Amino acid sequence: MTSLVVFAGFFAALFALWLTKKWRTRAGLILSVLPFLQVVFFLYLLFTKTAEPVRMNLPWGDIIGLSLAFNFDGLGLLFAVLISGIGFFVCLYASGYLKGHQDLGRFYFWLFIFMASMLGVVLSDNLILLFIFWELTSLSSFFLIGFKHDEQRSRDAALQALLVTGLGGLAMLAGFVLIGEISGTYVISELFHSGHLLRESTLYLPALILVLAGAFTKSAQFPFHFWLPNAMEAPTPVSAYLHSATMVKAGVYLLARLLPIMGGTAEWQNIIVVVGAITTVIGAILALGQTDLKRLLAYSTVSALGTMTMLLGYGDTLAVKACIIFITAHAFYKGALFMIAGSIDHEAGTRDIRFLGGLAKKMPVTAVTAAVAALSMAGVIPFFGFVAKEVLYERVLQANLWVLAAVVFAAFANVIVAILICINPFWRRPVEISDSPLKTIHEAPVAMLTGPIVLAFIGLMVGVFASGSGEIIKAVVSATVQQSVNIKLALWHGLTPPFILSLLTLIAGFGVYFLIPYLRILLQKLYRLPGPEKIYQLSWQFTLRFASIIIDKLQNGYLRYYLSTIIISVIGGAGLTLLLKGGLQLPEQLLAPRFYEIGLVLIVLIAAFYATIAKSRLAAVASMGAIGFSISILYLLFGAPDLSMTQFLIESLTVILFVVAFYHMPRFADFSSPHARVRDVFIALFTGALMTVLVMSSLGNRIFPPISQYYAENAYLLGHGRNVVNVILIDFRGIDTLGEITVLSIAALGVFALLKYRNRKGSKEISK
Amino acid sequence: MNSFILRVTIRYLLPLLLLFSIYTFLRGHNEPGGGFAAGLIAAASLSLYTIAYGAKRARQVLSIDPRFLIGSGLLLALISGLIPILMGKPFLSGVWLKIPIPRNTPFDIGTPFFFDLGVFFVVAGVTLMFVFIFEEEI
Repeated sequence: MTSLVVFAGFFAALFALWLTKKWRTRAGLILSVLPFLQVVFFLYLLFTKTAEPVRMNLPWGDIIGLSLAFNFDGLGLLFAVLISGIGFFVCLYASGYLKGHQDLGRFYFWLFIFMASMLGVVLSDNLILLFIFWELTSLSSFFLIGFKHDEQRSRDAALQALLVTGLGGLAMLAGFVLIGEISGTYVISELFHSGHLLRESTLYLPALILVLAGAFTKSAQFPFHFWLPNAMEAPTPVSAYLHSATMVKAGVYLLARLLPIMGGTAEWQNIIVVVGAITTVIGAILALGQTDLKRLLAYSTVSALGTMTMLLGYGDTLAVKACIIFITAHAFYKGALFMIAGSIDHEAGTRDIRFLGGLAKKMPVTAVTAAVAALSMAGVIPFFGFVAKEVLYERVLQANLWVLAAVVFAAFANVIVAILICINPFWRRPVEISDSPLKTIHEAPVAMLTGPIVLAFIGLMVGVFASGSGEIIKAVVSATVQQSVNIKLALWHGLTPPFILSLLTLIAGFGVYFLIPYLRILLQKLYRLPGPEKIYQLSWQFTLRFASIIIDKLQNGYLRYYLSTIIISVIGGAGLTLLLKGGLQLPEQLLAPRFYEIGLVLIVLIAAFYATIAKSRLAAVASMGAIGFSISILYLLFGAPDLSMTQFLIESLTVILFVVAFYHMPRFADFSSPHARVRDVFIALFTGALMTVLVMSSLGNRIFPPISQYYAENAYLLGHGRNVVNVILIDFRGIDTLGEITVLSIAALGVFALLKYRNRKGSKEISK
Repeated sequence: MNSFILRVTIRYLLPLLLLFSIYTFLRGHNEPGGGFAAGLIAAASLSLYTIAYGAKRARQVLSIDPRFLIGSGLLLALISGLIPILMGKPFLSGVWLKIPIPRNTPFDIGTPFFFDLGVFFVVAGVTLMFVFIFEEEI
């Protein structure tokens, strides 16, 4: 029953397609009811049921260890609340942002697919199930980034995100399989008890690296961070939702989930802390020089994700606590700021802070909301961001100096980014005047204001009443580290070192903010240096070039070349294997042929020869028919009436088809050069020889007892039929037949399309 | 094609061939035959009709689009594979119903029968689609 809450989004996605056709403007409002109900439900569970988490395990694919297992524990529920809560606001926001868009249905469809898959990721209690949902989030992210599919940039960004996260996901699957092989289970809550098996295994390091590849690509860790800022091509609601608040945190979630299973080792700590710290710094450096509001936020998200990852690398209670609080605070302020950036773009027509200014008078509510969210981001007391930064500093003050420096630098950059977003567009005059004058600007509609306001003010309230949320954080951290921990949360700790450090960061950030226009010039020169994205681009170009070489050779449009390519590959592959593996065993004695068999074979031979030298099409077809019918008689003689019958019918139909087609065919002509004919003769001879040898060898090599015995014995008992061939076709090997008729249908559709539509646009190539 | 002999012959042959195709289909379970062969025979009969009278009239005789035949055949095969799942058996296993009829003749009907019927429809549909399109478009 509870699992229906997870799957509800998939049904809502289908419903959305219909709903947006029916009520274009109200659809977003109606659809947002689902995430609202979900968030109420998850909050209820989070407040009451975390001590004894609700679990379920329904069978699905037992053979591969897959089951519909869900675990509603503290960690999963916190993420579920964030996903459905922010999802609710994004839904509302999108109804204003994409008002009247022609593809609204498609948008909500993928948004809800994403929402449901993301809930699946964080609530799955089975690694394989988690992987399936994980890939679904990558897929929906692909379609959402590429939502403006008529723009090359959107398509490239979507493909890049899909390739990077998809490849990571595949590596992760391999890692999961290793975990499953070592531990003997894919159920996460069972893995909690067998973590030691895993950590002592020799395959621990490969499994860890593979899983980390998945987590790092998804959470945009260095050197895979480049896809996230490019993904900003997506409509802003998507950026706010997928690429800051939820999907990119899936990697962080995975690390938190696996912490009690794989964590605590030196490898775990070293790899994750180093990668996380590098990402923290790189993200911060890349953020500072940006002028596009969304890219500014995107790089600061990369930096924040680095910090979260790093904290999980340490994995002690304090680090996990800092990480959980940071995730929550970040989701609130970053979600709000993204939506605000979208509102600015929507109303002012640009997101470039150089061209923006003085919007506070025209959009006062947005300006105030931006200020509230930015204050939380900068970590000013009494906002939740401050609490997060306090705990973060408390932890990294215990760590080594490099990590401390990285985190302080990122926090300092965060302050600058926060000021840039809440001051520049609203309160300053534009630095440069845009070519196109800003259109008449007014306040964003209510639908687009609700989300940012509520999220920003939650950030304030949770901060002020920080001690009240201590219980929830305690439940989440306990679920993460899988032991009961005692955690208290307070806004004010006194004049502790973290507070002083926090204050210094703020002052430094505020001071450097005024230097940003000069720094930006310097930084943008730095950005021109090749980064990991260059490697992605080079390998992508290489792939395309390699593919085009192969396609030019193989897909040249001449059917006769396709045929000879296929045949030569078969001769090469099967023939070489036969020779090299010593499969060439001819049976010692063959049955003496009967005279009518010799006669039939002679007919076949003569007809085959005549077909190659025939001077008219009718003669060629007739001799091919003679071959077919003779073979069908041979089948009959060797006791295969079904095969014979089918062959006979096929031959007849081929003749009929030829008769229909003959009338319209061009004059019979000899297309092949003598040179090509010689080549074709050899291909034909080799093919014939190979088939003969193969059949004979298969008589000589009997490795397994023939299965025909089983079929013959059980056809009537199990299949209720005396015709063994037919029982095999429709019962014993029904799935083969199902595949075959499917292929047949697809081929028919292909023929239909080729012939039916060849007179339309681009018909020339086809009709040739 | 304007052949008087063919035109007259096919009018009498068509019902016979269709009947023969049903016969082939039904006997397929115990004797040579089955959905594939039966589908080909049915298609062959209407193909001859097409040669004699043209695809337009053949389509009227068939009265449903071959594409519909293909689709419903695939669906039928799929459903007959899904029924055993509802009964807790693996996909495509045979589920049989014994129908008692007088004189003690065993008459069992099961999902493979419908599967074979699906094959029949697909094969007939695909072949007829080829023939019709060839006749109309080339």
